Amino acid sequence: MHPVLTLVVQRIALGLLLLFAVSAVIFLGVAALPGDTAQAILGQSATPQALANLRAEMGLDQPALTRYFNWLGGILTGDLGTSLSNRTDIATAIGQRLGNTLFLAAWAAVISVPLAILLGLVAARYNGRWPDKLISGVTLSTISLPEFVVGYLVLYFLAVKWQLFPSVAMVFPGMGIMERLNAVILPVIVLVLVVLAHMMRMTRAAILNVMQSAYIETAELKGLSPMRVIWRHAFPNAVAPVVNVVMLNLAYLVVGVVVVEVVFVYPGMGQYLVDHVAKRDLPVVQAVGLIFAAVYIGLNIMADVISILANPRLRHPK
Amino acid sequence: MTDQLDRMVAAAKAGRISRREFVGRTTALGVSAALASALFTKAAHAQPKKGGLIRMGMQGGESTNSLDPALAASPVPFAINMSWGEMLVDVGATGELQMRLAEEVSANADATEWQFKIRQGVEFHNGKTVTAEDVVATLRRHTDEKSQSGALGIVQGITEMSASGDMVTLKLASGNADLPFLMADYHLVIQPNGGVDNPTEGVGAGPYKVVVHEPGIRHGFEKFANYWDPDLGHADQTEILVINDGTARTSAVQSGQVHMINRVDPKIAELLTRAPGVQVKNVPSRGHYVFIMHCDKAPFDNNDLRMALKLSINRQEMVDKILNGLGSIGNDFPINAAYPLFDDSIPQREYDPAAAAEHYKKSGHDGSPIILRVAQGAFPGAVEAAQLFQQSAMAAGIPLEIKREPDDGYWSNVWNVEPFCASYWGGRPVQDQMYSTAYLSSSDWNDTRFKNARFDELLLAARAELNGDTRKANYAEMANILRDEGGLILPMFNDFVEAVRDEIQGWEADPVQEMMNGRAHARCWLA
Amino acid sequence: MRIPISALVGMVFTGAFFLAAIFAPLIAPYGMAEIVGGVWDPASEAHWLGTDAIGRDLLSRMIYGGQTTIFVASAATVLSFTLGSVLGFSAAVAGGWTDQGLSRLVDLVMAIPALILALVVLSVLPVTLTVLILVMGLLDSTRVFRLARAVAVDITVMDYVEAARLRGEGWGWIIFREILPNALSPLVAELGLRFIFAVLFISTLSFLGLGVQPPLADWGGIVKENASGLVYGIPAALIPAFAIAALAISVNLVADWVLSRTTSLKGGRG
Repeated sequence: MHPVLTLVVQRIALGLLLLFAVSAVIFLGVAALPGDTAQAILGQSATPQALANLRAEMGLDQPALTRYFNWLGGILTGDLGTSLSNRTDIATAIGQRLGNTLFLAAWAAVISVPLAILLGLVAARYNGRWPDKLISGVTLSTISLPEFVVGYLVLYFLAVKWQLFPSVAMVFPGMGIMERLNAVILPVIVLVLVVLAHMMRMTRAAILNVMQSAYIETAELKGLSPMRVIWRHAFPNAVAPVVNVVMLNLAYLVVGVVVVEVVFVYPGMGQYLVDHVAKRDLPVVQAVGLIFAAVYIGLNIMADVISILANPRLRHPK
Repeated sequence: MTDQLDRMVAAAKAGRISRREFVGRTTALGVSAALASALFTKAAHAQPKKGGLIRMGMQGGESTNSLDPALAASPVPFAINMSWGEMLVDVGATGELQMRLAEEVSANADATEWQFKIRQGVEFHNGKTVTAEDVVATLRRHTDEKSQSGALGIVQGITEMSASGDMVTLKLASGNADLPFLMADYHLVIQPNGGVDNPTEGVGAGPYKVVVHEPGIRHGFEKFANYWDPDLGHADQTEILVINDGTARTSAVQSGQVHMINRVDPKIAELLTRAPGVQVKNVPSRGHYVFIMHCDKAPFDNNDLRMALKLSINRQEMVDKILNGLGSIGNDFPINAAYPLFDDSIPQREYDPAAAAEHYKKSGHDGSPIILRVAQGAFPGAVEAAQLFQQSAMAAGIPLEIKREPDDGYWSNVWNVEPFCASYWGGRPVQDQMYSTAYLSSSDWNDTRFKNARFDELLLAARAELNGDTRKANYAEMANILRDEGGLILPMFNDFVEAVRDEIQGWEADPVQEMMNGRAHARCWLA
Repeated sequence: MRIPISALVGMVFTGAFFLAAIFAPLIAPYGMAEIVGGVWDPASEAHWLGTDAIGRDLLSRMIYGGQTTIFVASAATVLSFTLGSVLGFSAAVAGGWTDQGLSRLVDLVMAIPALILALVVLSVLPVTLTVLILVMGLLDSTRVFRLARAVAVDITVMDYVEAARLRGEGWGWIIFREILPNALSPLVAELGLRFIFAVLFISTLSFLGLGVQPPLADWGGIVKENASGLVYGIPAALIPAFAIAALAISVNLVADWVLSRTTSLKGGRG
């Protein structure tokens, strides 16, 4: 077997073990948190009697370990169980929310990743001159404003003042693709503004780092145009840091966009997790936690594999 | 002149001006006062237009919400219950009892036995007729030993219930002159067979049928064709969108994506009124924002210390800065003029740093910082209010230390656990219910650990008392006891601040609960 | 040595922010918690930036808030970089099971939702600035680790590292003399961005209750306290947001300059 393939198989196996560990850690963590599912659901005005009844019905009177193994048994047979707080089927609810989250993340990624890399290349090409400064200045300003500030400004100008797009990005099953796209435009704009700078800055830095190497000098002496040197010779050697930063931002787009979801009323995974952590609804928290963990682990594997494939010395180890 | 009059009438129709203002301005135009008043009545009660889709954007919904009316505990589930559900009675805008599924209510002489005559020919959404048995089954589900209902505490005093023909009879352990008001609680929506078979079915006898239920996202309703009350449910369809972020909510109403929103941040109410097409409505309510001390825990077990803290809070400043004037100052007991039998002769407590310092000295407190726990979610502006409190107390030489707690878990880990924290209470329809809920010695939610034998005695006596004057005297004495000895620091009563678009007609001030008692979408219509 | 204008601007601003932070009590015109006016008063002679949502002098709050923001963000960034890059480089140089163990541990920490982690920390540890810095530093160090390791792995297979190994140089020598100089450029760029993220992260954690306690507030916290006024152009919401952006850009201008210095330091074509 090719060494890269071996690595992938090995990492996936370890990844599954890691998921198991993550689920245990989340379970222990949330179970140890002060606060109580029944109280959280019934709110401030519940009586102790009602709380006790609800706890019994939700099976919270059983020991934590029993509940964990029951849950684990369910997962292994493909059953995510039902939510404690509203007794809905978790798989259905998550299916919808995850679809929404991936839809939003995919559009934001498709726009931001190529744009960031392109801007990074341009900034590196014109290092220290005005295009570089302009690109850096603009992207750094948008990244350094808190997400909700970018969100509010976009909301105010594009939805309220000029009324170009709907302020509420609510999507629901049965919606046409064009309607859906129209709904997510504002959150996509905000997400692109938020993730652009990191990837762009890293592309620029990584390329400037390899521009000093001897082989670049050779390429330049061959009389190739600067952009061609950067794209064909410098960029492939700058892939490792860039790809890691890209993966970090992709992970953020999937698991970390709760603020943007709240501002644009977008029904994604972030708010779903926050609501259920607040209610200490463990089966849901566990299920969402597993998905988020899988995203991180999967993206990290991808980043490592791409880094290896991009580097000839790593691709063909001696 | 007719131009001006027309404009005035239009304004009255849209609910933009009050009767007093209307009469004042039109009489200035030479119209007689009687005619002006009649004109206003006609304009304000213009024939509702049927049809269309009304959308409400509301704060207070979560993806964990369920359709089980017993589990409703936040604004959106409350409004959902009020959409598809109907209770025996409602509480009207002036605090009067309105007959809903009950047609008549009567009691025996000592208010220990109550009879409700059930309205005939009312249908549930599934076509079944509403019967006295359904009512009893519903109440039973909420009072049951195994009940998880948010209304469990409210209906606990009922010892026996029975149905015969169209009459429901409830027997109480002790007399309660206010029992019918308890039946207006929003958890107690009547369900077929009490909802025992499927609590989350969402089938009731309310104006709207549930068609879309996506918790934490949106809830869609369709007019129930056989609804019994022609004065409710004008739009064909209504929708509640869950919009928890304040700016997102105001943006949605400004851009016309929703017709009305709840909980406008008082700070921006004035700024929002400048937006075209949107009106901001504020309604004095019974809800109040509080700081609560446990009377049985040091250092709050010392009444001088409690009094020092009560005197060291600047109520007017709180109303001005936290509520932006959209509210009224409190007086350290949980009742205001919106309640029946309110005694307005009780002296108002003022900010008095000198007197506070004196009480503080007398309390013998060691001068170490007193920890006040607070969270954003304790009430809107709670963290800011705590900082105002800290500053006004510092002027009296009382050191407060603010500890911000996470919203997450606040109601289970801090409130009713820690001895000094921020909290809020929504109002209750009657004084008895408010006092019984949180200030009776034996109450489950006695969050100030206030135990006073005389107070309990007065409360129980007033409950069974049918003479209004005697009750009022009892309530006044209780208010004084609580005000001078209790663990409650009540700086302010909040208004409901809501925003409504111009195309919405029929909007009325209703102090009972926010959004016209949760039925703004059913009571209003589209122009 | 000529310092480019952009770097100079960056240094002047960064320096001004840091100086204001250090000497906050001396230059702030009012107390941080003192109520001196009405809600969102506009700028005036007495209050140069106006007042905040409960009538405190915004300029004074900005100066004190800058102290917290800059101190906590700098400390957390230093921690995350030291820890992340040292462990990342070690993993790359050592390879084998050391690498595997460290990398998978990092995967595990990254995979746990930050909200849950923060709530757990909050429930078991006292809420102090030290804990805040530790939590922020540890969470961020996993990101730095991934980057540092990825860059270092590319370098460890270079001939000059092979040569150093064959010469029998120790890990420390390889890490600090061979890898660090060649990995500095991406790391410096990352440092500039991590600093921004740290500045923004403080207020997120503070609003969970983990971190800065009122009446003290960091800049992000001041934006949040006044957030509802943002779209109405209330200065109390906009000014701290702009201050964060200004700090972020100046720090990164300095980082750019350091970056260009390091690339030329490496030799090559000077």
